[in-house]
Amino acid sequence: MSKYEAVIGLEVHVELMTEKKIFCHCKNEFGAAPNTNICPVCIAMPGALPVLNRQVIDYAIKAGLACNSEIAPYSQLERKNYFYPDLPSAYQITQGKHPLCLGGHIDVETADGKRRIRLNHIHIEADAGKLVHLEGEGTLVDLNRAGVPLIEIVTEPDIRSAAEADAFLRKIRALVQYTGVSDGRMDRGSMRCDVNLSVRTTGSEKLGTRTEMKNINSFNFVVKAIEHEFKRQVEILESGGEIDQETRRFDSVNNTSSPLRSKEDAMDYRYFPDPDLVPIAIKPSQVEQIKAEIPELPDVRMAAYVKRWDLSHYDADLLTNDIRVADFFEKAADKTSYPKLAANLIIADLLPGLEEEGEISLLPRQLADLADLLGKEEINSNTGRKIFKLMLTETGELDPGAYVKENNLAQINDRSALEDLINTAIANNERAVVDYKKGKEIAIKAIIGQVMKATSGLANPLLTEEMIKEKIAEIPD
Amino acid sequence: MDINKMDIKQLAQGLRAKDFTAVELCGHFLSEIEAKEPEINALITVTSKVALDEASSCDKALAEGQELPILAGIPFALKDNILTKGILTSGGSKTLANFIPPYDATVRKKLKEQKTVLLGKTNLDEFAMGSTTESSFYGPTKNPLDTSRAPGGSSGGSAAAVAAGEAPFALGSDTGGSICQPAAYCGIVGMRPSYSLVSRYGVIAMTSSMDQVGPLTRTVQDNALVLQAIAGHDPQDSVSHNHPLPDFSARLGRGVEGLKIGLPLDHLETKVRPEIKNAILKVVANLESQGAKIVTLRTGNLEAALPAYYLLTSAEVSSNLGRFDGIHYGYRSKNYETLEDIYYNSRSEGLGKEAKRRIMLGTFALSSSFYDAFYVKAQKVRTYIAREMAKALEQADLILAPVTADIAPKLGTTKSPVERYKESFSVVLAPLAGLPALSLPSGYQVEGMPIGLQLIGSSFSEPLLYQAGEAVMALNSEEKGS
Repeated sequence: MSKYEAVIGLEVHVELMTEKKIFCHCKNEFGAAPNTNICPVCIAMPGALPVLNRQVIDYAIKAGLACNSEIAPYSQLERKNYFYPDLPSAYQITQGKHPLCLGGHIDVETADGKRRIRLNHIHIEADAGKLVHLEGEGTLVDLNRAGVPLIEIVTEPDIRSAAEADAFLRKIRALVQYTGVSDGRMDRGSMRCDVNLSVRTTGSEKLGTRTEMKNINSFNFVVKAIEHEFKRQVEILESGGEIDQETRRFDSVNNTSSPLRSKEDAMDYRYFPDPDLVPIAIKPSQVEQIKAEIPELPDVRMAAYVKRWDLSHYDADLLTNDIRVADFFEKAADKTSYPKLAANLIIADLLPGLEEEGEISLLPRQLADLADLLGKEEINSNTGRKIFKLMLTETGELDPGAYVKENNLAQINDRSALEDLINTAIANNERAVVDYKKGKEIAIKAIIGQVMKATSGLANPLLTEEMIKEKIAEIPD
Repeated sequence: MDINKMDIKQLAQGLRAKDFTAVELCGHFLSEIEAKEPEINALITVTSKVALDEASSCDKALAEGQELPILAGIPFALKDNILTKGILTSGGSKTLANFIPPYDATVRKKLKEQKTVLLGKTNLDEFAMGSTTESSFYGPTKNPLDTSRAPGGSSGGSAAAVAAGEAPFALGSDTGGSICQPAAYCGIVGMRPSYSLVSRYGVIAMTSSMDQVGPLTRTVQDNALVLQAIAGHDPQDSVSHNHPLPDFSARLGRGVEGLKIGLPLDHLETKVRPEIKNAILKVVANLESQGAKIVTLRTGNLEAALPAYYLLTSAEVSSNLGRFDGIHYGYRSKNYETLEDIYYNSRSEGLGKEAKRRIMLGTFALSSSFYDAFYVKAQKVRTYIAREMAKALEQADLILAPVTADIAPKLGTTKSPVERYKESFSVVLAPLAGLPALSLPSGYQVEGMPIGLQLIGSSFSEPLLYQAGEAVMALNSEEKGS
């Protein structure tokens, strides 16, 4: 166990995919030409007034329920006052003392096992506009995003590692995708994250001084930022220094960070209830109605995968973290006798390259057929992965069975077909045979390799190994 | 036929009888404006072209025999914190001296639909903060009854325009007496409606929790007609009252017999000039002789209303005026290198003294260390005042109270801000409690200046206030010359 542990709290901002913005009738869409989805309300024209979009409340409640939060029967919108060019009203409408969702928790699965991360609360708020820095033109303001509804999910300081933070964010993304309240895309900024991190001696109950890193916009950067900041703080403590409570900017390109604002310069946001908006009262019946609309969530699916298909928790978690993948896997698993092999293919070769958006580019039927070929040992795993990759990139609906036939890729499972090749390989590798007999098991790989090469990779590797061992055993010492 | 003496109903009849056209009527008021404005300065912008266009459109509709609302063709003036599409809306501030709104306030839209005729935009204290119009970037308005005196504020331009005969009616806005007080100083009728009765959409926010738009008119009847036209639910204002509107004129002509009128004696004993107290007592005696029942009100201590009002208004102002930072809205200083320079210098150069004072007070009151001691405490006082006012209104149908401690002050009187704030003691009660207040002349004068009084009722009791107000005005004409 290492001497120090990280204590991490996250604030995750998620843009809600409501049709309209939070306080006006402007379209809530990504990628429109700058300053086209705007009106007097979202650009804070003098005299304009906000009117809360009910769909935002419904979506936020849905997200809250998915995160096991309590829905507050009474909540309130407040003004957070500060000056910045992306904020035309000079205040953000958000929630402070009385947020919409209270408490909650999310279970995360990492290679180290399962842990429960508690939430402090979830509140709703309006996004600000966007500053665009253009060479030669200076800084321009695009207010399309001003008034886009957000939820902010605030955790307790329960996260202990970058891997846990990553798993937490992936779970949040899964939950907002499953419930359909957001696309959860970090690459588009529809999910962003502030990291609060302090370091303490492992096992200590006391919290250290924390720093905050704001607006990190990819899973990868969150991991990097945490690793970087943890290391930085540990180095300071090790050299007898003290951590300054401050906001830091993480530079994801150079993997460095620098102070942005010290505690002394901390803003006083002068929160107060927004007099333009009435308090939000939620009836239990409304919560019940929304609860009924929530589909099966990842944790439920995960448990089902473990039980039904005998997958590990970790693998089941990976599959369920993306609703597209989960749906895809389930369909494929139903069509094959070897669901576990299908899961392995997805985890090894689909997940790493999967874009945050778009369809999965093959059919569950194709994957099921491929898993069957593997399971029935009609092809070996090398061939399996090759075909899987091909199916992912090929635009046509490649039929793995037909492809194997056409390209003579069937695994050679026939002993007599391998016999001669194996004899030759053994004869060519006397040295390896000697080594193997001396107990150097790995030496056999050279002989297997030669057989594989001679069969263009089609020999059944297990059968080949078994036969080689039998042959070597027959050779006198 | 003297147009200046005609009320809205008579003007509407004149239009329909073709005694004059809307264009002629408009022309009459535009020439009044031209003659009087150089001295009075009630208007920041005169919208002659818009007025004549709107008037001829009304004439056309009349000629086609269309049934038009009663306000059709009636000219009016609008306080310059109410947004008018394509027409300067300055809020009386340097910072918005070139702000041409791209949309209309709901009240302007409603009056447009009624085919009224916009004569111009009236002067006001900067962002409606003040009680004399002296904090306007466009200079003070003069009281038409005595041009050495202030017309009151912040809706001083609206009150003066009506009192000077420049417009048959005007809209003002009231946050803590900004309609009632200038109406009293100028001897006209002003209604601060119940909070949420009239849409705030398109009105430059000062204190969002108290701002209300209301009519300034020469008669109670006119006032009820105008309120009828501007009140009503607006889905664009979240706090807007969503109930069917009453007929605000329904109770006119019923007199005061049987009405219980409450008198807050504390106020009269200690705070107002003796002549004002006497005028009010005379009105009360007359109302009693007409069958009203006079009740001396027992309320708790209302002294904290004034500081609570100024804390809350400053707090909200500090947030509402944030947007005038020189980036998206408001004057931008030429003197800057960094973003911070733009903020500091634009606000320093663009905003006036009173605005800055309230921004600083409000920023302080909302700061995390003082929030509970000031903002939260003030909100508690507000709740207490609202309860006390409700209790008072259980004892009586309405409250009759002074509007001001004195008559309209001389322009240029130097007073400390606190002294000025203190003058509002009587007009902040209704706004703090969200109640309607009707300000009207008592019929008595001192130093040749009118003495006003106000009637405060329960929320949405405007028809009752008009009923009693009309009776007070009827006494006025009987008492003329006293």
